[in-house]
Amino acid sequence: MDTKTDSSTRSRFGALGTSALRPDGIPKVQGRFAFSSDAWADNMLWGATLRSPHPYARILSIDTSPALKINGVSAVVTADDVPGKLTYGLIASDQPVFARDFVRYAGEPVAAVAADHPETARRAIAAIKVEYEVLAPLVDAEEAINPSLEKIHPDGNVIRRQRIVRGDQNLVGDIVVEGTYEIGMQDQAFLGLEAALALPDDDGRGVELFVATQWLHEDQKQIAACLGLDTDRVRLTLGGVGGAFGGREDISLQVHCCLLALVTGRPIKMQYGREESFFGHIHRHPATIFMRHHADRDGKLRRVESRLVLDGGAYASTSSAVLINAVTHVQGPYQCENATVDGYAVRTNNPPCGAMRGFGVVQACFAHESQMDKLAEACGVSPVDIRLKNAMRTGDKLITGQVVESVAPVERCIRETAALPLPAPLPESPDPLEIPGGSGLTARKSNVRRGVGWGVSIKNLMYSEGFDDYATARCRLADGVATLQFATAEVGQGFVVLAQQIARTVLGVDTVLLEPITTAIGSAGSTSASRQTWMSGGAVDGACRLVRERLFEWVAKKNGLDPIRLAVEGTDVVDTMGTLRIAVEEATRGMTFDETFEHHHRPTEELDENGQGNCHVAFAFVAHRAVVDVDPELGLVKVVQIATAQDVGKVLNPLAAIGQIEGGIAQGLGLAVMEEIVLRDGKMRNPSFTDYLLPTALDAPEVIATMIEEPEPQAPLGAKGIGEPPCISVTPAIVAAIRAATGRQLPRTPVRPQDIVFGP
Amino acid sequence: MSNEFYALQVNGIRHEVRDAWVGESLLYVLRERLGLPGTKGACEQGECGSCTVIMDGEAVCSCLVMAATAVEADITTVEGLSSDGEPTDVQRSFVNAGGVQCGFCTPGLIVAVHHLLDRNPSPSDLEIKEAISGNICRCTGYGRIFEAVRQARDARTTDTSGGE
Amino acid sequence: MSVINATNIEEALAALQADPQARLIQGGTDLMVEVNFNRTKVQSVVSLRRIAELRRWHLDEDGKTLRIGSGVPYAEMERPPLSIHSPALAEAARTVGSPQIRAAGSLGGNLGTCSPAGDGLPVLSALDAVVHLRSHDSARDVSVHDFMVGVKRTTRQAGELIVAVSVPLLPGFQGYAKVGTRNAMVISAASSCLVHDAVGGSVRLALGAVAPTVVRAHDTEAWLATQISLTGTPKVNETLAREFGQRAARECAPIDDHRSTADYRRHAISVLAQRLLLRAANHSMGAQKGEVA
Repeated sequence: MDTKTDSSTRSRFGALGTSALRPDGIPKVQGRFAFSSDAWADNMLWGATLRSPHPYARILSIDTSPALKINGVSAVVTADDVPGKLTYGLIASDQPVFARDFVRYAGEPVAAVAADHPETARRAIAAIKVEYEVLAPLVDAEEAINPSLEKIHPDGNVIRRQRIVRGDQNLVGDIVVEGTYEIGMQDQAFLGLEAALALPDDDGRGVELFVATQWLHEDQKQIAACLGLDTDRVRLTLGGVGGAFGGREDISLQVHCCLLALVTGRPIKMQYGREESFFGHIHRHPATIFMRHHADRDGKLRRVESRLVLDGGAYASTSSAVLINAVTHVQGPYQCENATVDGYAVRTNNPPCGAMRGFGVVQACFAHESQMDKLAEACGVSPVDIRLKNAMRTGDKLITGQVVESVAPVERCIRETAALPLPAPLPESPDPLEIPGGSGLTARKSNVRRGVGWGVSIKNLMYSEGFDDYATARCRLADGVATLQFATAEVGQGFVVLAQQIARTVLGVDTVLLEPITTAIGSAGSTSASRQTWMSGGAVDGACRLVRERLFEWVAKKNGLDPIRLAVEGTDVVDTMGTLRIAVEEATRGMTFDETFEHHHRPTEELDENGQGNCHVAFAFVAHRAVVDVDPELGLVKVVQIATAQDVGKVLNPLAAIGQIEGGIAQGLGLAVMEEIVLRDGKMRNPSFTDYLLPTALDAPEVIATMIEEPEPQAPLGAKGIGEPPCISVTPAIVAAIRAATGRQLPRTPVRPQDIVFGP
Repeated sequence: MSNEFYALQVNGIRHEVRDAWVGESLLYVLRERLGLPGTKGACEQGECGSCTVIMDGEAVCSCLVMAATAVEADITTVEGLSSDGEPTDVQRSFVNAGGVQCGFCTPGLIVAVHHLLDRNPSPSDLEIKEAISGNICRCTGYGRIFEAVRQARDARTTDTSGGE
Repeated sequence: MSVINATNIEEALAALQADPQARLIQGGTDLMVEVNFNRTKVQSVVSLRRIAELRRWHLDEDGKTLRIGSGVPYAEMERPPLSIHSPALAEAARTVGSPQIRAAGSLGGNLGTCSPAGDGLPVLSALDAVVHLRSHDSARDVSVHDFMVGVKRTTRQAGELIVAVSVPLLPGFQGYAKVGTRNAMVISAASSCLVHDAVGGSVRLALGAVAPTVVRAHDTEAWLATQISLTGTPKVNETLAREFGQRAARECAPIDDHRSTADYRRHAISVLAQRLLLRAANHSMGAQKGEVA
């Protein structure tokens, strides 16, 4: 894959297109890599958070004095101690730093303490007396739409409503299929729990924070506002991030930790345990989606109708953007001229929901792909044929009226997935670990049925609706060594190696150093929305190209040439029209070239009241075929194989790309068969890894992947973001395969054993 | 014995632990008292394997070991797998095969895989999966981790057969 | 606050006598979860980890009984030679948590905690195991059925230590099956152990995670005995096995919780019992004898 490219630079190991190894790999395998939870300072105290046990209650009084009497407790802070803005939020500032009058979800922070030992802090938390008047929680998202209901928040119970009205509103197809689909609440479940270390400035008017986050500058802005400080008095450094998947986009412990540091004048370390982490970050929106598809007799899609209700929980977080993603992707990667869509993101007293890998599209995709299978059945064609017949192409219009200018190889994704080999049938006497139930020894081969299912998806890349989520990078080249600086959150995806690859390729250097990831440089935007390869990659590429221009000017001047004749070949600067060849290292001896570049994507628009407008930047596509073995009598599932062809634009690092694909598939598998936060009356029933189940090594299917390389003209490196698509259509593909094996309708994901056994 | 102080034998070095709370886990003591933060914690209940260490020859979750009861035990953490600071074969294979993304589960997996290959130098693919089924990875989907273990296994098997 | 690291049983018992409220800890896989999740405040602890005697097992001299120390880790039960003597225990042990948990956890902890979902407990119930308890001045043996009384409730007295369990070596099939919603490292939503005594002529069935404590399906066992001969290889057809399962399902009292539903659990028991009986029927009598010998 990495040798067939044109120039010699491409095949140089470590350049773009090669499986360059990540620079943090060896420290990570040796346990030397410093995650935010590993941060430590002399004289530091431990912070801890008191949280509401009630989903909805009025706070009558808070008595912190018993906590302050405990030996080793240095401070207790509540809403009264917040010096600046009392609320924060990514889109709407509606979430209190600490609850003051009401608590609106079980787990909402009420107070925080600083103490000399985590156990002292836990005891202090337990000693704080809070008097609540418990109120009846609003936990039904559908009910929350009702305008006559009491508002549980001053901003109202409907966070956003968005319709899409396009084309013929009365069209009725020859064939009409409909269904109502439900998606459960999924957790990001990153392994590296929330953690931070805050160091107060000596003058007490500033703070430095080491934190695991997805977006340093957004955190900085929100923290500074709540602390009442100028933004530049809050300096952030990225602590090592143990995964994110959307769960670190919102503020969790940042303000609490900084506030305790300022109040005590001492370094504060905060870290959540697993249970607290479930309360401390937002989750994937549970959703109920009705869909009705109208098609011609031959299966050509003519109109989609849909009503979507997303439960945003108690605070807005990114709900309004998640809703827009859900409604604008609800037709899927298919041509469709007519649409009638109505979507709501509502506020309830359930835990807040926001960003998670796939961001609204996961929910929409489960509904539209379930519908495509129904349509196929109604038309008497195969799941593959119905999707091929309707596959979107470049130049087609979305239901928002936006023209898909991106490369749109939907048909190729489907065909190339279909061409991948199916797994071998189960052997005569399979090892129990190979069949549903595993070591539980519940089944024999004769109890097992195999099923195959399909899912195809479209996902927008970058932020939408007019937001300029630019990225900044700086490149310095001196004595043959490039040094890169950016604020891009490395959360595990491997941007650090990609940045090095870009610099090696553009500048012809081998050694690329990386500055610490801090707010000392301009924003890189968030590590989310599949955007950093495109955005921060574009910024690094831009900065490196500017440096290269300076280098060419310098070499040209010294050699009396026109700089336009110069190029980088391997590790040399060469005169493309002459004989000059000089090593980059030699050409830069004693010189320093230093440039900063901001990459902006093309502008987008907001949607109008009919949901029309060019609201997205670009799109990526993927197809998944799932093969599952099911024990229908017990309702147990083993996912055998996932085949996938993904539209990636261009493969920049094959090893990193397959890692994203396999990892996303595992998360989609989780949502298909096991992962769900179970709520009762607004309270989480399973905030632990004993009961919130994640796929293990024995649940992981074989993955066979094809990467479709059709370079994206808009993208700085020709590459599309690849992080989200793998986890989107794999979920409906797996559920479709279970339907095929069992004959059950399974309108809900995750599919539980009882759904297979007793479901319709 | 009271717990005013106790001694732990970690990576061949004796450490004295003083003024500790009785409920502290080995994970906490390693990370916060002994300056060995390589071992990670992610669930506190033995459901993720991030905190895996070798104790008296067995791979165990250090979050479930009460530190004050680990006296007299021989404990090896990820920091102690290599005596000279150079990466081990397993550590290299994880990097080369792409088995590392965020890296948080990695130290626990590295310890678990060392334990596996030291007891069974040529595990089958299913034996590999079962041996690391207690180590949750949220980033990789395990594909590159299986590949890393296979690479380490094959390299060891080749080395052994070459010597025979 | 103190931690006693006992090196022999007497030392542990003396410590327990001095402080009957002290918490016992072996592998730590139950107690430390409580501590880490701030659900218990440990004041004093007697650790059994270094007591070698608790980690031993042996066959009694008459070759009829297997005695397993309360600290023998599950990992050892999974592997020969112990797995040969107690196949159902081996199967159950392999489903406990993760390999790391199985290296630490033991039957002493499973019994002491007495969770309805404890994986070893249906096996002990089906085998009519005897629990050996000691205190500083006495020793007693209790049937496992009398030992387990409810959700996390046992008849262990303050000052008593579970030192071992004894199970009979039986000629005939024994098997364990467990349902969870993941293919590894999962807490049981329903489990079942079936033991066939091919010489004594009985089939015993115990059900886990479907009642406050393990259920022995006595009525179902008695019904089966009226249907077919249970000495030698039982002759079981699908219809009989299905009814066996359905009857077993009627003997449990499951609940709805976040892990599963009562209806599903009851259904799962009927399927597991049915399949275990069919496994027993398909099991070659001769091979089983060979294994046990």
